[in-house]
Amino acid sequence: MTAAPTVNVVAAEGPASARRSQGAIAALARNPLAVICAGYLFLLLVALAAAPLLAPYSPNAEDLTHVLAGPSARHWLGTDQLGRDVTSRLLYGGRSSVIDVLVATGTFLLAGIPLGLLAGYLGGTVDRIVSRVANVLFALPAIVILLMVVAIFPNDDPVAMVTLGIIASPGLLRVIRGTTLAIRQELFVRAAQLSGLRTATVLRRHVLPSLAGPILVQGSLFCAGALMAESGLSFLGLLRPDSTGPTWGNMVADAANVLGQDTWLLVPTGGIIALTVMAFSLLGDAVRDATVGRSIGSVPLARQLTKPSAAVVPQSSPRGDDLLAIDGLTVTLGDVRLLTNVSLTVRAGEAVGIAGESGCGKTITARAVLGLLPPGGRVAGGSVRFGGEELTTLTERQLNRIRGAGIALVSQDAVSSLDPTYTVGSQLCEVIRHHTGASRRAARQRAVELLATVRLAEPEAILRLRPHQLSGGMAQRAGIAIALAASPRLLIADEPTTALDVTVQREVLELLGDLRRRLGMGLVLVTHDWGVLAEVCDRAVVMYAGEIVEEATIDRLCLTPRHPYSAALLAANPQLASPGRPLPVIPGRVPAPSAWPAGCRFAPRCSRATPECTAQPVQLDAGVRCVHPVTAEVDA
Amino acid sequence: MVRIAIRWLVSSAALLFAVTALTFVLASLAPGSAVRAVLGANTSVTPQQCAQVKHQLGLDEPLPLQYWHWLYNLLHGSLGTDLFSGQPVTAALGTRIDASLSLIVATIVVSGLADVTVGTVSAVRGGVTGRILDTLTVFGFALPSFWLALILIEVLAVRVRLFPTTGYVALDSDPGQWLRGIVLPVLTLSAGTTAAIARQTRDSMLQVFGRDFITALRSRGLPLRVIVWKHALRNAAIPVVTTLGVVFIGLLGGTVLVEQVFAIPGLGEAAVTATTNHDLAMIEGIAFYFAILVVVVNLLVDISYAVLNPKVRVAV
Repeated sequence: MTAAPTVNVVAAEGPASARRSQGAIAALARNPLAVICAGYLFLLLVALAAAPLLAPYSPNAEDLTHVLAGPSARHWLGTDQLGRDVTSRLLYGGRSSVIDVLVATGTFLLAGIPLGLLAGYLGGTVDRIVSRVANVLFALPAIVILLMVVAIFPNDDPVAMVTLGIIASPGLLRVIRGTTLAIRQELFVRAAQLSGLRTATVLRRHVLPSLAGPILVQGSLFCAGALMAESGLSFLGLLRPDSTGPTWGNMVADAANVLGQDTWLLVPTGGIIALTVMAFSLLGDAVRDATVGRSIGSVPLARQLTKPSAAVVPQSSPRGDDLLAIDGLTVTLGDVRLLTNVSLTVRAGEAVGIAGESGCGKTITARAVLGLLPPGGRVAGGSVRFGGEELTTLTERQLNRIRGAGIALVSQDAVSSLDPTYTVGSQLCEVIRHHTGASRRAARQRAVELLATVRLAEPEAILRLRPHQLSGGMAQRAGIAIALAASPRLLIADEPTTALDVTVQREVLELLGDLRRRLGMGLVLVTHDWGVLAEVCDRAVVMYAGEIVEEATIDRLCLTPRHPYSAALLAANPQLASPGRPLPVIPGRVPAPSAWPAGCRFAPRCSRATPECTAQPVQLDAGVRCVHPVTAEVDA
Repeated sequence: MVRIAIRWLVSSAALLFAVTALTFVLASLAPGSAVRAVLGANTSVTPQQCAQVKHQLGLDEPLPLQYWHWLYNLLHGSLGTDLFSGQPVTAALGTRIDASLSLIVATIVVSGLADVTVGTVSAVRGGVTGRILDTLTVFGFALPSFWLALILIEVLAVRVRLFPTTGYVALDSDPGQWLRGIVLPVLTLSAGTTAAIARQTRDSMLQVFGRDFITALRSRGLPLRVIVWKHALRNAAIPVVTTLGVVFIGLLGGTVLVEQVFAIPGLGEAAVTATTNHDLAMIEGIAFYFAILVVVVNLLVDISYAVLNPKVRVAV
């Protein structure tokens, strides 16, 4: 690698990280809670700094004629048992608290940041030693160490606060180490290393800026904790003696002593500690939200649930013998259309395939039937009827009647579709009992039968296994058994064999075909594999870029595909390849849903495309959506 | 299982060594305090007297040797003598453990149940409900425990005489009085723990909500209640249990203030008295007891990992 591209990489990252931090500041400024907290803390600091100017009285000026007076125009927050003005005492008392918190926080940062950086950046032995020591420190009951130090150095605030900072620093150290480790992996740091910059320079220029967020978060939260600890120690009388003046903590202690006579004094003294701790905590949280982003894992479950679609106008009347009738289904995710006008029917006992490349909407179609769209996805039009009942207008709760019992789903990745913490038997019995109300014993009996039905040997033993103890094929059979648990009338299998090896694939397919014939279930099989389609299905639709481009019986589709996309998919099937010839591939890739072309969506990749193809949307005509369908005569 | 046991033994030994060695070194920084404690602070002390007491206490020996003697005595069940009361430290502290443990265990149970519920609801609902719950937990954390304790005493013990203002009755002498006595301290301690547990539960649940098996469970028609409380929660539990362990260690500190305000004769209250008296032998003893509690809790946490996620049993 030469120096030039390295510089480019670094230069390109510079503005990006600057933009990131500007974005975080803007996000903070938009968060009203963060603005209030930051404003409060700023005003508090100014007020404490200006205490000699602002305080109406001297903090120690006693007025024995006005003891324990409540709030008044003369004493805004009242007076204490010696008639001293509470407002003035809070202003002066806060000064020592703030200095203590600053000492503790300074120590916390000075101990945590450099060690965390070193451990994360250098790795190896340094990392191991630092991490071990940090782990032990982290597990220490910090309070006894602190009390021990206070016992040895009585009434010495700085020593106590330095100790507090050191005891708490492993928490910061861990965060800094983790973040540094992650950044070190990133390209720009590696590139900068290659260009011969010194370690210190890399750390200062590239690592530290990315650490600003975590440091602010940890620092702010530590300030909250340190203020709490400081006022606690001072409440116990273990920090600077009372004679040196008020602190927030010993003012609460004073209030406690006169609690029998007056309760008001408790309010402002403890209240200001609570407010300040809260401001530090909420500010730390807000910085975290702004820098890391709030969505750590995923979307709240309530937002993933299906919302009933508005009134639906069926475009055609249902035929009596259709088990499943999807009619003109359109699905959107935000402003983007994922499916356009998809129609599909399945009769009882019929197996219908949905074929196409990844990203064509096969899985979305399958999931839309069960109301299992990704968060933000919704049915924008069309209808899904199951046994004559409209499904798109049902709520999550109403759909639960259909799910499992009427329509069951078998997913692609069998192992990750099982809850890793429960046994197969427990997950199987759970579904059986929920839908049939069977007793524990009867459910177990049925579970054994089901496992035998999906041809798992030793079903009794398998009931006791957990997902990670199963092979891929066993997990998929267990998944199918769970799907069959409540005797559904329709099974939707979404790429059920993709994750399995070839011999297991064949067995699972035979099983699905056999189950369909024996149990008379309808079957929807989503796949990109024509071998699978031909083996199991009676009929199939081919989807491209969110719409159906061809629908035909399986024989016709495999022998004389009419849409150029179907033909190309078929030709690209490895099972049809002639030995010694390269496998034909479809040039280009499926466009993203936001970039679907007008007119025929396949036109950009199609060898037969002409200007008319993209002029206007192409309608599905006699089972094919194409201006220039392939005909047997021409291509023969 | 054997590997878990070995790992626990090694980390426990490291922790116990760190705590005892650290307190020992700290104590050696102030050799005068023990001497003062024996001779009394106000008497004029001659250097000879001082040297004599030092010799009696073994303080003129090299530090590692002193530590060795201390460890040797520890293995024979002695944590030394409390210089103020003249009582053995183990006897002085032994009676105090059950008060502290009552508070801590009850707090872990109460706040564990409440905060896991709050965190779960926040993760499920999200949006405005989630934000309100998250802010409320911070509010609970921000109330200084000694202040909240005073308010609770004033309101629920003085004005409405629901609970005793202070004091502690042992569980085995009168369970009813025991329960009444720990309600306010436990409420106080629980307020401080809400933020940590509820937040960890929320984050951990949100992560689980993105996993495939949640959609698979929905596809089986199982009600939301079962998916959330039976499946998601168990999968989200490990980081929550880790947090409970950390909260436990934090509660050892919490008891110091709360026992003081409620006049509960526990380890925390003994720690404050010992600190005020510069009674280092006593603090060393308390540090050792606290370290033992931490070690036991770490073991419980490790065991619950294995129970919650069977993979750990195989993999670790």
